[in-house]
Amino acid sequence: MDENTPILQVDGLNTTFYRNGSALAALRDISFSVARGEVLGLVGESGSGKSVTLRSIIGLARRYGDVTGAVRWQGRDLVGMADRALRQIQGREIAMIFQEPMTSLNPLLTVGLQLEETLRAHTDLSRTARRDRATEMLDLVGIPSASQRLKDYPHQFSGGMRQRVMIAIALAANPKLLLADEPTTALDVTIQAQILDLILQLAQDLDMGVLMVTHDLGVVAQTCDNVAVMYAGRIVEQGPVRDVLREPRHPYTVGLMRSVPENLPPRSPLYSIPGVPPGLDALPVGCAFAPRCASCIAPCSQDRPTLSLITEGRQVACFNPIATSQGNAA
Amino acid sequence: MTAPVMEIRDLHLRFPLGRSPGDFLTGRPGRVVNALNGVSLDLIRGETLGVVGESGCGKSTLARCIVRLYKPSDGEIRFDGNDIFAADQRSDRVYNRRVQMMFQDPYSSLNPRMTTGQILTEALRVHEMRPEADIPGRVAELLELVRLPQDAQHKLPHEFSGGQRQRIAIARALAVEPEVLIADELVSALDVSVQAQVVNLLLELQDTLGLTILFVAHDLRLVRHVSNRVAVIYLGRIVEIGDSETLFSAPSHPYSQALLQAAPSLNPDDRGRAVKLEGELPSPLNMPSGCPFHVRCRHATDICKSTRPTLQPFKEQGEVACHNVEEINTHA
Ligand SMILES: Nc1ncnc2c1ncn2[C@@H]1O[C@H](COP(=O)(O)OP(=O)(O)OP(=O)(O)O)[C@@H](O)[C@H]1O
Ligand SMILES: Nc1ncnc2c1ncn2[C@@H]1O[C@H](COP(=O)(O)OP(=O)(O)OP(=O)(O)O)[C@@H](O)[C@H]1O
Ligand code: SF4
Ligand code: SF4
Ligand SMILES: [Mg+2]
Ligand SMILES: [Mg+2]
Repeated sequence: MDENTPILQVDGLNTTFYRNGSALAALRDISFSVARGEVLGLVGESGSGKSVTLRSIIGLARRYGDVTGAVRWQGRDLVGMADRALRQIQGREIAMIFQEPMTSLNPLLTVGLQLEETLRAHTDLSRTARRDRATEMLDLVGIPSASQRLKDYPHQFSGGMRQRVMIAIALAANPKLLLADEPTTALDVTIQAQILDLILQLAQDLDMGVLMVTHDLGVVAQTCDNVAVMYAGRIVEQGPVRDVLREPRHPYTVGLMRSVPENLPPRSPLYSIPGVPPGLDALPVGCAFAPRCASCIAPCSQDRPTLSLITEGRQVACFNPIATSQGNAA
Repeated sequence: MTAPVMEIRDLHLRFPLGRSPGDFLTGRPGRVVNALNGVSLDLIRGETLGVVGESGCGKSTLARCIVRLYKPSDGEIRFDGNDIFAADQRSDRVYNRRVQMMFQDPYSSLNPRMTTGQILTEALRVHEMRPEADIPGRVAELLELVRLPQDAQHKLPHEFSGGQRQRIAIARALAVEPEVLIADELVSALDVSVQAQVVNLLLELQDTLGLTILFVAHDLRLVRHVSNRVAVIYLGRIVEIGDSETLFSAPSHPYSQALLQAAPSLNPDDRGRAVKLEGELPSPLNMPSGCPFHVRCRHATDICKSTRPTLQPFKEQGEVACHNVEEINTHA
């Protein structure tokens, strides 16, 4: 199998919501691809469009917004696909772990039933095989006494256990692509490590592609192959994890990395990027980051920088990228 | 530091899980989750006490007992010297205002049909925080405090991103000017830059308002940064508690050590180097005998299987529940 064949190719994706007659540009010109077995991280400011990106790919965003552009899944375009055909792909080929586990689990059904329901819809397993698989999955995501807890309802689990149930449901049918929206935020680091191992193992063994939204740069460093940084609905920097984390070029990425509390005097004020992100109904003409950017130069407030290749595999959308330690300001 | 504002003593909470048909047929008793198994701690006025531990170890349950969403099966909680579970209607309302909880899952705790403005207005009205005429001004102030744009007032929860919703929950808690904030995974849904803003905001409010904060979180860097003291919980019990810097730079309990070692490094070159915690996960349905950590502990000895260790003073200001703490920390 060719490592580098993309299974998912997103090209010029735009998503627009409407509120009180005004258009909200939630996503603009999003392009990236995910190869078999690749883990692509998606990071960025709260509200920058990470969840909407996942929802646009899997066909949920089009229910309440306009989605244009191309999402090619193993050669087929998902954006224009009829609902019925899309449902064949959702959950079976492409699975999603939602950001808020409590709202995406059905509070009235036991977790066992919800797991089995997924398996019934997306696999050909027999009833007993489904039950075994459900127990196996809960066990794999580290729910103690798994077989005994199938009969329990979501509210009887802790936040992190619910998140693990969601992960078990998403992975139960061996998807080819996993869209994971902050899959480990509610987990302690030991269980997080276990879940990330499980995801990485499935990526490797079953060639599953993973698109992982996270704001934990440690998780990015330890699990992702490549990373895309989003700001105000656009990708502003993209590249191999090692390069991006070691030498971030976009001023927003640099700001994000500076905000991580490490090696600081206890309880001292943390660095945070000054200002707030722009409203999606009133995006600046030029670079959306310009009002908050210390590197801002004249063209920044007039033109929008496009995402362009600066070195092998590295893309940045910035007129005045941060210099690398070698000093080439690209 | 001064006197404790809250004293928690030997708190236990057992959740009965319904009996399954199989249980009825075989006459098995119903199953019970032992969520808290004797938690004792003091919350000192003006401090931030960090609480960390495995997912499912009882952190939220503890938080929910403190705000009286759950009634403990045993033990007591005293606030300003008064038992918070003793029936007294009048002081109830006051307590509910003075001790505010911010939830792990803001989406389910915000009314989906109310706009942000209505949510904040309601909080201000219920606790009669401001005369009616001053409410709009205070709502605007609160939004500014949590760095949400003013037009957020007119939006419904689903129109916000996860992180923005979390800030609404914070604004609502701050609206009633509490003395104690229970922050359960408050910032875990936020990106690092917004996280930094919220943490700065909390530290600032703590200084100006003298807030006491119980800070439950999984992000160990963050807990280390904000906390004065930290409690490590394992299977419904505190296994180590002490000064934050001391605990994070040199954890003494084997579980604390394992936890800190599992934190993902920011350096991609460390990939695969993290030390993993091996062994079967313990279940609060079948509590292990002796030390609850013994099935996974590489320092376990015979006594660990039979006798439960209790918290004992260890190092300056610290307490650790481990039979072998001396040996482990001298050989290390
Ligand atoms: N249904 C909707 N209607 C209107 N606006 C929406 C809707 N869903 C999302 N948005 C807006 O789209 C933008 C992107 O939201 P999204 O949920 O993708 O953010 P995010 O990057 O996932 O943030 P977070 O890290 O906080 O989860 C936000 O400004 C949000 O307010
Ligand atoms: N209402 C309930 N009914 C039955 N069991 C419950 C209930 N609430 C919590 N539990 C159980 O109590 C234990 C402790 O849960 P709790 O929510 O306190 O964990 P936590 O430490 O907050 O975990 P997390 O880090 O995942 O949020 C878990 O085993 C959970 O399944
Ligand atoms: S284009 Fe200009 S304003 Fe935008 S990030 Fe680059 S330097 Fe800053
Ligand atoms: S008491 Fe024994 S099993 Fe428990 S942590 Fe200490 S050494 Fe390990
Ligand atoms: Mg999101
Ligand atoms: Mg919890």
